[in-house]
Amino acid sequence: MRNLLTASIAVLILTACEREDREYRANPVTAETEEKIALSPLSGGPSPPVERRSGIGQGYEENAFHVAQGKKLYVWFNCNGCHANGGGGSGPPLMDDRWTYGGQIENIVQTIREGRPNGMPSFRGKIPDDQIWQIAAYVRSMGRNVRKDVAPGRNDDMHPAPAEQRRPPGEVIDGGQISPSAQMPQ
Amino acid sequence: MGGARLAATLAALMFVQLSSSIQAQTPPASQPAAPPFASAPDDGQWTIPQKNFASTRYSDLSEINTENVKSLQVAFTFSTGVNRGQESAPLVVGSTMYVLSPYPNILYALDLTQPGAPMKWQYNPKPAAAAQGVACCDVVNRGPAYSNGRIFFTTLDAHVVAVNAETGEEVWKTKLGDINRGETMTMAPLVAKGKVFVGISGGEYGVRGWIHALNEADGQSAWKAYNTGPDQDVKIGPDFKPFYDSEKGKDLGVTTWPADAWQQGGGTVWGWLSYDPDLNLLYHGTGNPGPWNANQRPGDNKWTAGIFARDPDTGDARWFYQTAPHDIHDWDTVNEMILLDMEWEGRPRKVMVHPGRTGFVYVIDRTTGEVLSAKPFHALTAVTGFDLKTARMQINPEKEPVNNRVIRDICPTAPGAKDWNPSAFSHKTGLLYIPHMNMCMDWQSSEANYIAGTPYVGAEVRMFPGPGGHMGEFSAWDIREGKELWTIKERFPLWSGALATAGDVVFYGTMDGWFKALHARTGEELWKFKTSSGIIGQPTTYRGPDGKQYVAILSGVGGWAGAIVSGDLDPRDATAALGFVNAMRELKDVTTKGGSLYVFKLP
Repeated sequence: MRNLLTASIAVLILTACEREDREYRANPVTAETEEKIALSPLSGGPSPPVERRSGIGQGYEENAFHVAQGKKLYVWFNCNGCHANGGGGSGPPLMDDRWTYGGQIENIVQTIREGRPNGMPSFRGKIPDDQIWQIAAYVRSMGRNVRKDVAPGRNDDMHPAPAEQRRPPGEVIDGGQISPSAQMPQ
Repeated sequence: MGGARLAATLAALMFVQLSSSIQAQTPPASQPAAPPFASAPDDGQWTIPQKNFASTRYSDLSEINTENVKSLQVAFTFSTGVNRGQESAPLVVGSTMYVLSPYPNILYALDLTQPGAPMKWQYNPKPAAAAQGVACCDVVNRGPAYSNGRIFFTTLDAHVVAVNAETGEEVWKTKLGDINRGETMTMAPLVAKGKVFVGISGGEYGVRGWIHALNEADGQSAWKAYNTGPDQDVKIGPDFKPFYDSEKGKDLGVTTWPADAWQQGGGTVWGWLSYDPDLNLLYHGTGNPGPWNANQRPGDNKWTAGIFARDPDTGDARWFYQTAPHDIHDWDTVNEMILLDMEWEGRPRKVMVHPGRTGFVYVIDRTTGEVLSAKPFHALTAVTGFDLKTARMQINPEKEPVNNRVIRDICPTAPGAKDWNPSAFSHKTGLLYIPHMNMCMDWQSSEANYIAGTPYVGAEVRMFPGPGGHMGEFSAWDIREGKELWTIKERFPLWSGALATAGDVVFYGTMDGWFKALHARTGEELWKFKTSSGIIGQPTTYRGPDGKQYVAILSGVGGWAGAIVSGDLDPRDATAALGFVNAMRELKDVTTKGGSLYVFKLP
């Protein structure tokens, strides 16, 4: 019994460590993590698209510290100016289930770094790599596509919507929105 | 013999009718009237969104009147092919109609001589898609303008184009802004005296606002005036004679700001221009100062949120009046400026009437810039009154934003008592018809970071309906008395323009898709038609090649108020679309995206 208790506590502590884990040496602005990801589930040939994820993304989105940092940086880099608190404005909403350019954290990192043709600016060389991952991890939490205990609690200031933590678990529908340019005649 | 008698009787009857209608044409002497340059006999066309340089948006056509308007029916429709907010005004020149879509800003010419008005040609300026990312409030365009055989318009990626009105061929195209600095263009140009006057949008992106005059012939720059910074840039010189002392001094566009803040200070020009050919003055408003968070820019923030009168030939400023010194609530001064003549305290005055975002209808002497009257047309909590001596609003200190604190129940809201959607002035009734809002908001300021090409706002907002629970109002306004004669309440904010006609019928549209005709004198609803999407466009009217009167409107919801539908926004976030979504959640239940022209006529 005692052994079982010790084991449980050890597991809890270890999980908690992972939740709170943080790195103190950030990558320089120019460094880029390289993930092999596809923007489409469709591939030429019978096998699915070739992808290789290093797992670094999981490390960010399962870590409350990174998600909390991401929430702060989301405002500092003016993401909220276009996407509001997830409901969108001039940019598309981030708290819903539709992901024009892919909803996995690796897709979101790529979207922030490279920009997208219908108005998403490129932040390559403007935001350090680890901070892009933190912002992407926070963006994943807006639709509650991260663990409940990792998602942020309620704001101290204006409450635009229920806290990320209190939203129901989300789902991701890739390529769910036709971009305005795709609707363009001619 | 009997036939002759009948003819005589008919002639007599017609004479009686004619003389009574002539009598009715003249508004009571005490009412304001359109100036002579806007009172020429109507040619049945609609060549610029404002209808005339005085911006009255009134047509002399009277075939459609209060008796028969109930029989209006659809003559033809046309899809613009773009499902974003349709704020543009359909123009008619000769026997061709011109329709301009939102981004990607496609210009269509429709042949009115053929059944169903088939397309003659289309012109696509192919603007940069990335411009959509720096357009604050949907990717709208407020219309083209016709002059001397050409159609002129702005594109979202800050180009101005001139297109041959007959053939659709591009005559010239001039790039005026850089989307990497957040500069876009959404306004309708004004063409006068051989120049095309245009301004820049981007007050939510720290753009330093300006107005630019291009030569109508070749698109080359004639002059450019900034609305912040040193006097030289603003084109303030010896001829600048503002009425009020607060507008006098050297380089106020620098000294009324913290160091260098004027460089990202806003004061953009995206609204309506008017022009007085007799005084040779061009009138334009200036947008909100940037960022919205006013605590980052102590001072009056000249020359934002005010009205300039400029010499159209040189750009030199003649007078300026700031409606919102040190604006704290995003109250751009971009709304329409209607030029009228009226007697004021026993003296004939040339005035400008401006229903402002601040919640006041201003009557301003357009020769001098003196404010003659400012009367509220919206519930006010942010403002306690108006001091006519200094022409300044009295701000309620309790509603002034404080960083990181939510200030509640501020009325009117960030889009103001009334936004860009223009009023109409009936030359016949002498009344102003104002489509406006009835809304309040909560506001929290926070420190904004300036990053070029991204928003520069620093405020969280959520809006909600004002007193009474409805959000839109269509009001008939007595300019002299400064009061409403009647008001129609609407569930959603009014984001469509108004049209007044000599048939004593006024038209406007609602965000849930109704196109309505009211009795100009009583406000009685005479007719309505449900279009396929919400209406935020500008109604126009014209005489077709068949001699009959037509009324045209674009349907297709969007704009700042309708972004929840046109941009597929998430209604769970109260602050989405800069806080408009909080008030507009139900819009998703009543309308969907669209982009269609509707044209109506009598059977």
